[in-house]
Amino acid sequence: MSGKEEMYEQEHHIVSPMIYMAILGALLVGTAITVWASYIDLGEWHIAPGLTLFWNPVVALAIACSKAILVVLFFMHVKYSTKLTKLTLISGLFTFIALIGMTLTDYFSRAWGRW
Amino acid sequence: MSDSTAVRHAAEAEAHEHPAYQRHHFETVAQQFDATNFAMWLFLLTEVMFFGGLFTAYLVMRNWYYPAFVEASHQLNIGWGTANTGVLILSSFTMAMGVWNAQMRRKSGLVLCLILTFILGLGFLGIKSIEYTEKFEKHHIPGFHYSLSSFLNPASDEEVHKAYPADKPLPLDMARHTELYFFLYFAMTGMHALHMIIGIAILGYLIVRAQAGDFTTGHVTYIENFGLYWHFVDIIWIFLFPLLYLISRY
Amino acid sequence: MSTTTIVTLPDQSTARIPKMNFMSKENGLLSWLLTGDHKRIAILYLISITFFFFIGGALAGLIRLELLTPQSDLMASDTYNKVFTMHGIIMIFLFLVPSVPATLGNFFIPMMIGAKDLALPKINLLSWYLYVVGGILVIYTMVAGGVDTGWTFTTPLSTHYVNTNVMSTGLAIFIAGFSSIFTGLNFIVTIHKMRCPGMTWFRLPLFVWSNYAASILMVLGTPVLAITIILVALERTVGIGVFDPTKGGDPILFQHLFWFYSHPAVYIMILPGMGVISETISTFSRKRVFGYTAVAFSSVAIAVFGFFVWAHHMFIMGISNYSVLIFSLLTMLVAVPSAIKIFNWTFTLYKGSITFETPMLYSFGFMGLFTIGGLTGVFLGSSGTDIHLTETYFIVAHFHFVMVGGMLMAFLAGIHFWWPKMTGRMYPEKISQLAALVTFIGFNLTFFPQFILGTLGMPRRYAAYPAEFQILNVFSTAGATVLGVGYILPVLYLVWSLKYGEIAGSNPWQATGLEWQTQSPPLTENFPVTPIMDHEAYDYDWLENQEAKEVASVG
Repeated sequence: MSGKEEMYEQEHHIVSPMIYMAILGALLVGTAITVWASYIDLGEWHIAPGLTLFWNPVVALAIACSKAILVVLFFMHVKYSTKLTKLTLISGLFTFIALIGMTLTDYFSRAWGRW
Repeated sequence: MSDSTAVRHAAEAEAHEHPAYQRHHFETVAQQFDATNFAMWLFLLTEVMFFGGLFTAYLVMRNWYYPAFVEASHQLNIGWGTANTGVLILSSFTMAMGVWNAQMRRKSGLVLCLILTFILGLGFLGIKSIEYTEKFEKHHIPGFHYSLSSFLNPASDEEVHKAYPADKPLPLDMARHTELYFFLYFAMTGMHALHMIIGIAILGYLIVRAQAGDFTTGHVTYIENFGLYWHFVDIIWIFLFPLLYLISRY
Repeated sequence: MSTTTIVTLPDQSTARIPKMNFMSKENGLLSWLLTGDHKRIAILYLISITFFFFIGGALAGLIRLELLTPQSDLMASDTYNKVFTMHGIIMIFLFLVPSVPATLGNFFIPMMIGAKDLALPKINLLSWYLYVVGGILVIYTMVAGGVDTGWTFTTPLSTHYVNTNVMSTGLAIFIAGFSSIFTGLNFIVTIHKMRCPGMTWFRLPLFVWSNYAASILMVLGTPVLAITIILVALERTVGIGVFDPTKGGDPILFQHLFWFYSHPAVYIMILPGMGVISETISTFSRKRVFGYTAVAFSSVAIAVFGFFVWAHHMFIMGISNYSVLIFSLLTMLVAVPSAIKIFNWTFTLYKGSITFETPMLYSFGFMGLFTIGGLTGVFLGSSGTDIHLTETYFIVAHFHFVMVGGMLMAFLAGIHFWWPKMTGRMYPEKISQLAALVTFIGFNLTFFPQFILGTLGMPRRYAAYPAEFQILNVFSTAGATVLGVGYILPVLYLVWSLKYGEIAGSNPWQATGLEWQTQSPPLTENFPVTPIMDHEAYDYDWLENQEAKEVASVG
């Protein structure tokens, strides 16, 4: 059935080993940076009284997210995948963030007292 | 055409116009590839949510007991942790190369890459077992003669004290909460290691079939989908590493 | 042709069950136990969940018997705790969650989209085996002495203060949870990738949309329950402290993780039922569903919003007031898509040619009772009223109205609606209508008094209660007796119909939908030729044209 072939287009895009090697390098560099950064006090940002943002965990998570994004886009071929794959990924992340985020709003706001 | 696995239709395969590895309920190979690929992504979503519960518990406890988490994390050897991260990243690379080899129909390349991934996976587990043994020896396994002495009196723990002289003795209740840190450490890395073990076992099976030539005829589904699983396990570690090892080392 | 029914059966003197069908294709126990055929797996599920439904029902009978008198005289309080816990666990995890998806969904989703099977037949079979293992473990738990924590396993009771079989129950639910995950995963892949030519998303029957939405919830929500059970198990065995205040843990963390699944779980339970109602209301008013797009999107909206409201089960548990506020507001939002569906079904009925076959009777029951249940849910979503009504019989009445008055009625509607397709035989109409009526009356008598009991202040999960509540409890138990009759009757006449029912033919209800355009029972591969979908869903004009062109086959 010719119509079917279009509907189920196998992603024929074959990612070249050069790209894989570049990503490998980036991931290892990212690892080195994140270890190095953990040995340095990066300070904090006093947003408001009682609300402080420490930079170390932010940097660590940012590097981890970047590494994860590289793995997802290139090793897992999401950059060359269908919209459905990308949508699936995003919906999973969204639910994950909802779980963590909304649970943490309870914990963070407990300290604020009754009202 | 029956889909019952109780009856095999080996002879029928010749009569069909589709490859032997295409299941009967699919119209084309492309549909089969697409559907199974999508199924693997959905399975990975369930894994994300599964680990999500542990991450939530971790974030709550870390927020409440930060000093305990900092000092407890100093008990983890940064050398081993970084090495493990490197090993796993490298294994993701070899796995991706394996997929490339399967797509290019290079059998020996595929088998080599799978074997390398296998060895690296075992290497990761080996390093993990070294770390776990160390924790066992220092009585840092929650629920099994857990010892607070390294935290009540950091000077008693020579190795760690030399690396982190700024660590102060924790008050008793905060010291007790280091047990929560170690519980989360073992739960998260243990769950991760369990997934690695399952992955390595499946890899063994794939190596055997790859050597038989099953994956270099255009049927890359198994390798590609397993690759997704392997990369996912790598991504979990990419987050576990900074959360558990790199809380604060200054 | 009678205008009081749309049932059209073939001439009984010449009609036969088609020789080649999915049941006759292969014989022998192994051909069933190792099958990949989604229809056989659906039948296996149907038998299993019916079995567990009656165990859960017997436990409900015990509860109502105990509550006839104010004292805890039929059984000790501890035993009573075990009875209602097992009732809840069996009914929720072993009956309601798999009810429509695993039976009707498994059977009909591939047919409705014009496919030969689900995308992953072996995973489908695995799903059933996991369900059976989970079920066996629950039976083991009951035999070993039961568990008394309530189906909600609230910590620290379940982790520190009971010595009943929490571990085996946890394991049972863990395994049954994976059964659910795999079913949902299979459905999502199938609906995305296996639709026949011409079957666009907006030509799908709304039953498919509802199951799709429920499947999203199954895939994303159930794993959180799995990890929560593991944490409870570790807390019980090793004593890790994550839910233990003395070790710095937080019992409320358990509740966050538990309800993150268990609230979407209620939508997993109800959405497939709503899908059935869309089908039956349309068929028995001979009219397309009003506002197809709204109903389709509201299913997905319920699924999405359902993830953001879980803490409305925790208003009194110790979460921050700010959290209470946010979750209460979000709960108000989630009621909207459900209401949209009720409005759309009502407008479907308006100016339709309504007939009162059994599936339609159950559907009417659903619409009325689900509306009441849903509205009382809004009362509970408002945190101010919830503080007074939570943990009382008001909650018990609320969820039984939506789950039993809603979901169970929808399940029965679906079973009756698709019975002729699955078996090739019609059930006896008069007795089935009687059973539907008996169920409706019994249900209201059982559960409406419980709303009153709740507002008067009777707590839930209590074996003994103040004497002034007795009269309402007696009404409730009387109703339960009637309700039991209403549920036993279908089993009897449906089994009877397998041998003695009239031959149904391929489309006794004159329904649209691809599953009705092929023989009853269907072929193993569903369709002799892959169908091509060239008309909209619920297109009764297309159906008329088909019938005009049709040549009636003999046997």
